[in-house]
Amino acid sequence: MVRFENVGLRYGLGPEILRDLNFLIPAHSFQFLTGPSGAGKTSLLRLLFLSLRPTRGLVNLFGHDISLLGKDEIADLRKRIGIVLQDFRLLDHMTTYENVALPFRVMGREESSYRKEVIDLLKWVGLGERMDALPPILSGGEKQRAAIARAVISRPHLLLADEPTGNVDPTLGRRLLRLFIELNKSGTAVVIATHDITLMDQYEARRLVLHQGRLHIYE
Amino acid sequence: MRRGGWCCIRDGCISMSRTDDQLGPLVDLGRERPQVPARARNLSPIVPRASIAGRALVAVVAIMTFLASITTGAVLLISASAAEWQSEVASEITVQVRPAPGRDIDRDAAAVAEAMRAQSGILEIRPFTKDESAKLLEPWLGSGLSLDDLPVPRVIVARVQPGTVLDLAALRRRVTQVSPSASVDDHRAWIERMRSMTGATVIAGIGILALVIIATIISVSFATRGAMAANRPIVEVLHFVGAGDRYIANRFLRHFLRLGLEGGLIGGGVAMLAFGFSESIAGWFSGTPVGDQFVALLGTFSLRPSGYLVLAAQAVLIAAITAWASRRTLFATLDDID
Repeated sequence: MVRFENVGLRYGLGPEILRDLNFLIPAHSFQFLTGPSGAGKTSLLRLLFLSLRPTRGLVNLFGHDISLLGKDEIADLRKRIGIVLQDFRLLDHMTTYENVALPFRVMGREESSYRKEVIDLLKWVGLGERMDALPPILSGGEKQRAAIARAVISRPHLLLADEPTGNVDPTLGRRLLRLFIELNKSGTAVVIATHDITLMDQYEARRLVLHQGRLHIYE
Repeated sequence: MRRGGWCCIRDGCISMSRTDDQLGPLVDLGRERPQVPARARNLSPIVPRASIAGRALVAVVAIMTFLASITTGAVLLISASAAEWQSEVASEITVQVRPAPGRDIDRDAAAVAEAMRAQSGILEIRPFTKDESAKLLEPWLGSGLSLDDLPVPRVIVARVQPGTVLDLAALRRRVTQVSPSASVDDHRAWIERMRSMTGATVIAGIGILALVIIATIISVSFATRGAMAANRPIVEVLHFVGAGDRYIANRFLRHFLRLGLEGGLIGGGVAMLAFGFSESIAGWFSGTPVGDQFVALLGTFSLRPSGYLVLAAQAVLIAAITAWASRRTLFATLDDID
């Protein structure tokens, strides 16, 4: 589903922060992406999300060489990827329900066609009674769950999560991990970027370890 | 791939065939018991109206539209008056019979009038008498003066049949045959000057309109950039959920189109009201030298219905320019953000 060949990345004229990345992310797979702070985890996630272009190498996503894609095609590919960022990126003027339903609005679907689906998911992540609340009054954990719900509502083929348990207590962290595992079992490939060893020890999965710009894979 | 609903997930697996009696919080992320029914919702706009500094932009567009409308209206008034003047002046020719030594000016004037009557294309001849000629000079020389000793020329005005091209050379020959001191004036010089003045007015009006439109485009571009900067988090989130540039631009564009229409409506409306009341305003100054000059130059100082249509079309055009300038800036800014 995702193939990186000899990928390198540098910002501007600075040093190469990701070097010679060669890996595959198969469909239905689950992997942790880890490494020390500043190792380039977020940059790699941004490469996977197509919000950065590599300075060298080949990135093939869903069978497309991304260097050959235009902006509209990239936007279409992004609809097949869900992303959860560390800072949630919820829109403060929209309710929790509207934030989670945003991918469907962007697809141009009628509200009546997705209403039940969004409400079911909000109930599932424990936000059933907070669906009319605005993000500024949600707790950190609630924001995290809303961001995750938004990322998974459209059933992406690839889910990218950047430190998804960074803002929650260990108990909620375990629950969120279980959510990702269940999503993976439903067919979504999952990449969780984290440096939380405890979280990774809770589930046997492939580990992609970034160190000094290079990637080491532990199956 | 088609997948089941979110309520179908239970005990760590997802079933597509789960029945309603199995519903429940399958991943126990909280203890909420949702009571919110699935009902129609009024969705918030993706780009909130309040996030765009609209009032200032509406004011700018309104002022620009007002200035553009006043300019266009003035150009239309001047053009219409000039055309009226031209048609009046062009439909007349004037013959002057000057006193000459050894000639009887009354007899010469009568002979010239007869010669003019014989010319085809002339509808009507009106010779001015000696008293009428003296009256024409009253504004300069005052009344009550004896003009007997002054060499005052006689004037004969002829009305030309509309649509007829008068053979001026033949008329001149006939007139000078009977009175060598007579001269024919078809007012061509005046008409040329009038045309030059009208042309200059139109060019000046177009110049002002161009400046107004450029200023509008610059103002709108700044406002759009400001709105995009203020809403950058929204743009980024929309990118995250797979929105293309066109979708994002359209979310902003509808706001700018509305602001442009509001501004155009206000500015154009005020300008139309100003022209609507201009007749009354001109009435307040009637009898004063300024008022008389205005009436002489611009007639009743009121726009024709077609003029109002032009102003309305111009207001819509400025709203459209606002939307176009905004769209152009939006795509350029989206390129930068990406």
